[in-house]
Order: sequence, then structure tokens, then C-alpha cells
Amino acid sequence: MEVTFRESWGVLHGLIFGALFLLAFSGGIVGLYSLRPEFLTAEGLKERMGRLKVWVSSMAAVVWATVLSGTYIVYPWYRAKPAEGTTDLSTYPRSLLLSAENTAEWHKFGMEFKEHVAWIAPIAATVVAYVIVVYGPQLVKEPKMRKALMNFFVIAFTAAAIAGVLGAFITKAAPVH
Amino acid sequence: MTTETLLKNGKAAAALLAGGIGALVMGLLTTISEGVASFSTALNWYNPAGPLSGKTTLTVIIWLIVWAVLGKQWKDKDVDFDKIAMIAIILLLLGILGTFPPFFDLFKPAA
Repeated sequence: MEVTFRESWGVLHGLIFGALFLLAFSGGIVGLYSLRPEFLTAEGLKERMGRLKVWVSSMAAVVWATVLSGTYIVYPWYRAKPAEGTTDLSTYPRSLLLSAENTAEWHKFGMEFKEHVAWIAPIAATVVAYVIVVYGPQLVKEPKMRKALMNFFVIAFTAAAIAGVLGAFITKAAPVH
Repeated sequence: MTTETLLKNGKAAAALLAGGIGALVMGLLTTISEGVASFSTALNWYNPAGPLSGKTTLTVIIWLIVWAVLGKQWKDKDVDFDKIAMIAIILLLLGILGTFPPFFDLFKPAA
């Protein structure tokens, strides 16, 4: 059993950072949804707000770690070009996928979509975290703001989920070794 | 008895609108890069990551500048939050559309 350095980064990027963000989403959205006056006592709000601020800020940090490690560490290995005449493409995932008609779409659609859409997630997640940290308990009295934040959060999750699912399939078809 | 001072909604509106604009910029840069090869080459700021490095860095720079400007303008104001939030969501969705390959492929020059 062996895990290479590159595979370790792939795991850190997708299975640790990426999956952590996706798993944490449900906690964040429930926390945001439940910021309603009818659900909370003053004491309960104080306790919940502190937790929610830490939760969403951590989520934003984790999704930034996901896109930065993906774009600047794992992706360069994925797109590396083989020297002319190379026949074994197993360490060149992009070239490997493009070398066969039945796998080319994993790059042309899958990777092209993933590498770009993923960057919308940290932007939207940062906005959500910022507003929650700045407005804090006032959000209980701001149903419109809560609704807008939930919409942003769902879009951040959707962008990250698209990238995550496509990443899993691409890694299955042509892993970074 | 204490009186509670509520923050104006401008800061939140600025963050949301800037986020929407940031996403739109990502979508636009992606689509324009597909259609204009020289633009894509110009965005190759870090060779190992290729043009993606320029697209993402430029997106983040523009997003943060827009956020700073709007935040300064609106920090002590109440603005039309519903309208701005709706525009921000539409911009976010347009940003996602711009990163969708069947969409940006429409702008690729014919081979």
C-alpha cells in the first residue's frame, strides 16, 4: 500500500478540504435558517451566534484552501504536458483523457467546468461569513438578509458540489499519480 | 433599559453585490478566454496553472476592489436591499453560466 506525494495532495484537496466544506454546509444552512425570533431565547441566540460565526468562517477558509490547493498544486500536475513521443500517459491525466474519444469529454466538459465553477464557491461563502460576523444577532430581525444569505450559501454549495462530483469522476478516469 | 443600535443594511448589500459581480467576472473571463486566444494567453500569469491563474487572480482582485468601493459608499446607508440581493443572485447565476462549457463553447472560434 502506497500513497504518492501527489496523491496525498489530491486527497487533501478533494477528500479533506472539499468534502469538509460540503459536509459542513448542512450545519451552516440550518444555523442560518434557525436564526428566527420564535426559535430563540436571548441566551440561546448568544450561544448559537458564536458557534455560527466560527462555523461559517471556517467553511469559508476551508473552501479557499480547496480552490487554492486545487488550482496551484494539483491542477499543474493534471495539465502537465508529456514530452514528445511519450507513450505512457498515465502520469499526464489531461493528455490521457484527451487521447481517447470515450474519455475526452471528462476533460472538455468535466475539468473545464470544474476548474472554473469551483471559484464561485469561496466568493459566495466569504460573503455569507462576512455578513454573519458583522451583523451577528441583528440577523434575527433581518429576514430578507437571512434569505439572501441562504441563497448565496446554496449557490456556494452547488458550485462546490459540481466541482467535487466532477473531480471524483475525473480522478477515477485519470488519477494524478 | 438599553437602546439597541441597528446597523444599516448597506454593508451587507455591498458584500452581496460585490460577490455577484465577482462571480460574473469569473464567468466573463472564462467565456472571453475561450473565444479570444490572445486574451487567454495574456491571462497565463503562472505557467504551471496556465490561464486559470490569471482568470482567478483577476477575478479576486476585481471582486475585492468592487467590495471595498461599494462598502465605503454604502457603509452608513440603508439601501434597497431586496433589489440589490436579487441582482446579486442573478449575477452569481450568470457567473456560473459563464463557466459552463456548452455555453462558453458557443463563443469558440470555428476550427
